[in-house]
Amino acid sequence: MSEQAVTPDTSPVAPLSGRQRTPQHALVQKSLGRRHAAEKRFRAAGLSAVLFGLAMVALLFITIFAKGIPAFWQATLEIPVHFDPEIVKVEPRPQLQAGETPAQLRDRELAWQTQVTMVNWNRVIENALIEHLPEAASKRALVRRLVTSGERFGLRDMFVANPELLGQRVTVRLLADANVDVWLKGNIDRDLPDAQQQLPPEVRQWADTLYERGVIAMKFSTSLFMNPDSRSSLASAGLAGAIMGTLYMMLIVILIAVPVGVASAIYLEEYAPRNRFTDLIEVNINNLAAVPSIIFGLLGAAVFINWFKMPLSAPIVGGLVLSLMTLPTVIIATRSTLKAIPPSIRQAALGIGASKTQTIFHHVLPLALPGILTGAIIGVAQAIGETAPLLLIGMSAFVASVPATPLDQATALPVQIYLWQGNELRNFFEARTSAAIVVLLAVMISMNALAILLRKRFEQRW
Amino acid sequence: MNNWIMIGALLVLMGFAYQFGVLRSRSVAARVVVRMHSRPGYYGLLVALWCGLPALAVFLLWSMVEPSMIRSVVIEQLPPEVAALDGNQINVILRRVESIASGFGVSDQPAAYELAAAARVSELQSTGRLSMVALMAALAVGGLVFTLRKISPALRARNKVESVVQTLLIVCSTIAILTTIGIVLSMLGEAMRFFQFVSPVDFFFGTVWNPRFSTVGAGGQGQFGLLPLLWGTIMVSIVALLIAVPIGLMTAIYMAEYAPGWLRSIAKPVIEVLAGIPTIVYGFFALVTVGPFFHGLGLAVGLDIRATSALTAGVVMGIMIIPFVSSLSDDIITQVPRAMRDGSLGLGATKAETIRNVVLPAALPGIVGAFLLAASRAIGETMIVVLAAGNSPVLHANPFEAVSTVTVTIVNQLTGDLDFASPQSLVAFALGLTLFVITLALNVVALYIVRKYREQYE
Repeated sequence: MSEQAVTPDTSPVAPLSGRQRTPQHALVQKSLGRRHAAEKRFRAAGLSAVLFGLAMVALLFITIFAKGIPAFWQATLEIPVHFDPEIVKVEPRPQLQAGETPAQLRDRELAWQTQVTMVNWNRVIENALIEHLPEAASKRALVRRLVTSGERFGLRDMFVANPELLGQRVTVRLLADANVDVWLKGNIDRDLPDAQQQLPPEVRQWADTLYERGVIAMKFSTSLFMNPDSRSSLASAGLAGAIMGTLYMMLIVILIAVPVGVASAIYLEEYAPRNRFTDLIEVNINNLAAVPSIIFGLLGAAVFINWFKMPLSAPIVGGLVLSLMTLPTVIIATRSTLKAIPPSIRQAALGIGASKTQTIFHHVLPLALPGILTGAIIGVAQAIGETAPLLLIGMSAFVASVPATPLDQATALPVQIYLWQGNELRNFFEARTSAAIVVLLAVMISMNALAILLRKRFEQRW
Repeated sequence: MNNWIMIGALLVLMGFAYQFGVLRSRSVAARVVVRMHSRPGYYGLLVALWCGLPALAVFLLWSMVEPSMIRSVVIEQLPPEVAALDGNQINVILRRVESIASGFGVSDQPAAYELAAAARVSELQSTGRLSMVALMAALAVGGLVFTLRKISPALRARNKVESVVQTLLIVCSTIAILTTIGIVLSMLGEAMRFFQFVSPVDFFFGTVWNPRFSTVGAGGQGQFGLLPLLWGTIMVSIVALLIAVPIGLMTAIYMAEYAPGWLRSIAKPVIEVLAGIPTIVYGFFALVTVGPFFHGLGLAVGLDIRATSALTAGVVMGIMIIPFVSSLSDDIITQVPRAMRDGSLGLGATKAETIRNVVLPAALPGIVGAFLLAASRAIGETMIVVLAAGNSPVLHANPFEAVSTVTVTIVNQLTGDLDFASPQSLVAFALGLTLFVITLALNVVALYIVRKYREQYE
């Protein structure tokens, strides 16, 4: 609109040719300089507001990505490990015997697994490290600190999955301890005195040596995506549980909020008579869209958890709460799409004898579909970024497993971000949290991009 | 898993029912002279609905009732000394019985009564399942045959199918109402229970927030005071609005009146990205980047600014609601009729003067509406303040100090163990009710103003 607008500041004030210059004119002339300066200032203020907004977007993304991207690569050791029969002393794995119930086999299996767990896996790891660091042979307790503590269970699981490994030498990847990662990435001041360092001097020295020799290298961290959260072995804490939880909730929102939202929008826009009741629904939906998300969390806690006794921390409850929250968004988006379909389409269909339902489902809905999909995708993307309501239904509990069904305990990506930002090992988890944010933003940006693409591809102007 | 097979079977049957309906209506149409009332597909749908819906209803009802029925039968059958155990122990026994009944077995020697109960359970389960399948099959086939036989030119199949569809749509649109009712009832109910522990006067007018030291039942003499939290909320919101309203408004003015098309088409969506970013990300940004920056700035100018403070939370929240203010105001400014601008420009006013003296006054009601909506957004915002406001529920007026807000306190009181019997948990609902009422009032007023404004220029 600004192109066609008259721009007085650039147009010179026309001299009043042929007429007498009045005192008012002189007054106006005198004030022009000041007024044009004010105009420029106003315009500059507007431009700087826009630039401030753009700068904030840039700042937000740059700080998060600058912190988060390096965390996708993690200090990893690649060393041969010997499953020494001297250390790994276990019987062969139990098989189902005649006359045994599955419960009995399970008990024997558990006993065997306990035995495998009792193996001193740390010693296996220490031996592997000492092969590279002969000078560390006398300091086993220290050399162990190079590798994150969860890796002994990694070796155990490898062995449980494949007991043939006994006596063999296999090259495995072991995640370095979180503190080693911090040290090698320079996320801690290397000149700090020993008392303030997180690692003893020997371990720091060994880490540097191994890094120079290429035994420790920064490898793309699959554990970030494949592992569930962990508190004992910080370097192997991953997002798998949170990603699954978010996926389940997304599925529930798509299955509940989208159909219900579209259906109620169709009813309100196409069928509903104008009366008190539909007015009430209308006002109600507009207000529901502006209710703070935390209120939906309270609703979930009181109704789903306290009245219906649904399980705490379960994605199904989270999904239901998020569905109720997304419903108004979907309804409003669908209604505005339906409103934009010209009445001539409806009249044409009705005119050749279609019933109202046929008109809507055969003619109006197909035309509205791209708009409805766009609205639905934006609503779902908004839902999966939501944190506050999930905290109130117990999804901030620490869950160290990947949920198998929507009824299991789980967490969600934004909640995982909340949990990680509070971890005490700040210089490791600041980067890890940023990496989790990058994952969340990547999911949301790709969903929004899909919505924009759909809109661009199918948008129709009537 | 078995249930999924049954649902699948039912769906397949409905598919067949549809086909039968279509075929039947065609054959009827071929035999009679009169035209059929509806097209074949509608007869098919009608048959499929009659075949599927009653069976589905039975299935849902049965699955809801069956477990508790079996449970009560089994408990009745247990020896009296076992049945007298408390809930958790009974549950353990029932789980053992369940796993014996399923053939998985238990690792130790099961007691005789457990074996008997397990036999009864498996018997009940198999007869129950059998009768459910029989009933469902009977209903499905019955519905199918009954409707098939009713197919005739006079059967208004389309209208019947359409009324089912319409009923479904109406049911869906009442869910939004049910949500609101659910919110109001649950808040009110739990808040009432809270007010049995603490008097409303102490809650609404108390100036001390200290829930820890009040014991259950004794209530707290002024320990559950709302005012520090409310004041914290207001302080953070004021800071947020001081950032968001001028910047958002100036952005809107520039976008609507000055910006060339290319800048508008780039800057508008980019700034709106700010509205789509999850609030937890803002919280983290505030905690890690903005807070330390303000702290450093404070050190440089000799002010004591806490890294987590009302200022940090407010500024970041302000950034978050910039696009909210700007896009609402943009809509409103572009709605001001062109004639008003032209009149002002024709009188010789500069563009800035036109905007300030003509456009903005005309748009004022709408802008006030946008302002109120932004305020309600700021008051209800949670994650930024949880991370960046410092959580210190004390009445003070220093924005450089830590504060606590209503939303932060809801989160603090209700995370971890949900205990619906102590005032420490229940207070979250009283706070939620307060928050709901405040934001609702702001929204209603704002929506009213915006709507009135729209009507003015339409």
